[in-house]
Amino acid sequence: MKGYYARKVHSLLGLIPISLFLIEHAITNFAAYEGGPEGFRDAVRLLNDLPLVFFLELFAIWLPLLFHGVYGLYIAYQAQPNLGHFKTERNWRFVMQRITGVIAFIFIIWHVYTTRFQITLGNTTHDELGGWMHNIVTQPGFFVFFLVGVIATTFHFANGVWAFFVSWGITVGPRAQRISSYICLGLFVVVTAMFLMSLFAFRSAEFADTASVITTTLHTMIG
Amino acid sequence: MAETTAAPNAGQNTSRRVKFVITRQDTPETKPYTEEFDLPYRPGMNVISALMEIQRNPVNAEGGSTAPVCWESNCLEEVCGACSMVINGKPRQACSALVDQLEQPVRIAPMSTFPVVRDLVIDRSRMFNALKKVKAWIPIDGTYDLGAGPRMPEKKRQWAYELSKCMTCGVCLQACPNVNDKTDFIGPAALSQVRLFNAHPTGEMNADDRLDMLMEGSDGIEGCGNSQNCVRACPKGIPLTTSIAELNKQTTKRMFKRWFAQ
Ligand code: HEM
Ligand code: SF4
Ligand code: FES
Repeated sequence: MKGYYARKVHSLLGLIPISLFLIEHAITNFAAYEGGPEGFRDAVRLLNDLPLVFFLELFAIWLPLLFHGVYGLYIAYQAQPNLGHFKTERNWRFVMQRITGVIAFIFIIWHVYTTRFQITLGNTTHDELGGWMHNIVTQPGFFVFFLVGVIATTFHFANGVWAFFVSWGITVGPRAQRISSYICLGLFVVVTAMFLMSLFAFRSAEFADTASVITTTLHTMIG
Repeated sequence: MAETTAAPNAGQNTSRRVKFVITRQDTPETKPYTEEFDLPYRPGMNVISALMEIQRNPVNAEGGSTAPVCWESNCLEEVCGACSMVINGKPRQACSALVDQLEQPVRIAPMSTFPVVRDLVIDRSRMFNALKKVKAWIPIDGTYDLGAGPRMPEKKRQWAYELSKCMTCGVCLQACPNVNDKTDFIGPAALSQVRLFNAHPTGEMNADDRLDMLMEGSDGIEGCGNSQNCVRACPKGIPLTTSIAELNKQTTKRMFKRWFAQ
């Protein structure tokens, strides 16, 4: 699929549902910072108590992400960056949108494999996820990868929302696009802060208690 | 302005020289190579007058005689667009590129987003084909006298006039990271012309046809990735990104109209 409609689908999916899911994800994780292990477990339970959760995951996350991600790689491949001669903020953002998309693609595959997929395999459970996360983010290499992956994804999300408004002709003039830049910058700061605060919360000793039980399993799984 | 900076050197004009590094190509198929030229400085010289100097005396910096460098130019006042080339990394018109304002050595290359014919001469056919594709004209001919068209509001005329300044120079396509061998993107210039002709009270009658052209095939408006280099590079100050966003709005509306009103 090529052309106008494929690109419109790519753009729409970027916002609905993927960006909305990312915001939801930030809120759920934030429970780890606010409510500790119990708060996080309750937040995860709340999600898994949603009706038809399998279909929700499939149609609101997996399939849209697959299409947006694969088509996004193709869009990124098509660009011929020329930052060397045009060092403007918008051109930087154009290039970064593509680089962060590729980082997000790799990061998300790894992240889903080490969390959600391990639940499917039966190596951990939804209730044990807090401790499971503790074991991942207390390893320096993985923690750095998490930081890079999270910031790349939130940048891609915030700048993507900005681009979405242009792609659909909502912000037309330079003034509208400038104001929308500030709003999306605010969005970037808030969502990034929420993710980072929850990442640091997962590292805290609080989450270690639940972790000790499953440490051995995790180590055999992801090294 | 330029005079004041050049004035202190006026006395040593005979000794002062300017170095040019030019990317050359003998035929459309052969590999490009660079050649250096060392030219006498003249007050107020521009890139075209430098190329004319090479034409008069085709000797490169090593003193060897060489084929004169080919280029295109017509108006010499930045209105025809023929002399567009990449000067110190920036696509722009050679006739308005004053050497006094350029970093030296002055590096000149063809706008290689387009097929290179020879040296600095490029083939901009794709831009004219794009204008044909989107019907960038006002159809006023009929088998009978169609009479006078509707008037255009003055406010609209003012911004539409800005869009009409486009000289199809190709600078915006050269500046765009999404116009390249891997895409078919039609480029900013033709898009802005669609906005112009869709804004015209008579041209408006074919607005949907033009929008359809931007929504079919693989060369349409979806090729824009918002680097916004075009609007920075356009020598005519045409608000290209505003045109593109406005057409994003028009094509989105057109998409829904096609789905629900037909
Ligand atoms: C957390 C996951 C992601 C979110 C929230 C997200 C969100 C968005 C949004 C809202 C847009 C704007 C759409 C538009 O331009 O109209 C966008 C654009 C884009 N996305 Fe994603 N995306 C995600 C993952 C990915 C992945 C994995 C890739 C793969 C490389 C990718 C590649 C792209 C590209 C290349 C664009 C640029 C489109 C353009 O500006 O022309 N995205 N994304
Ligand atoms: S829009 Fe500007 S840069 Fe593009 S072709 Fe027209 S005059 Fe040249
Ligand atoms: S010669 Fe016409 S624009 Fe330079």
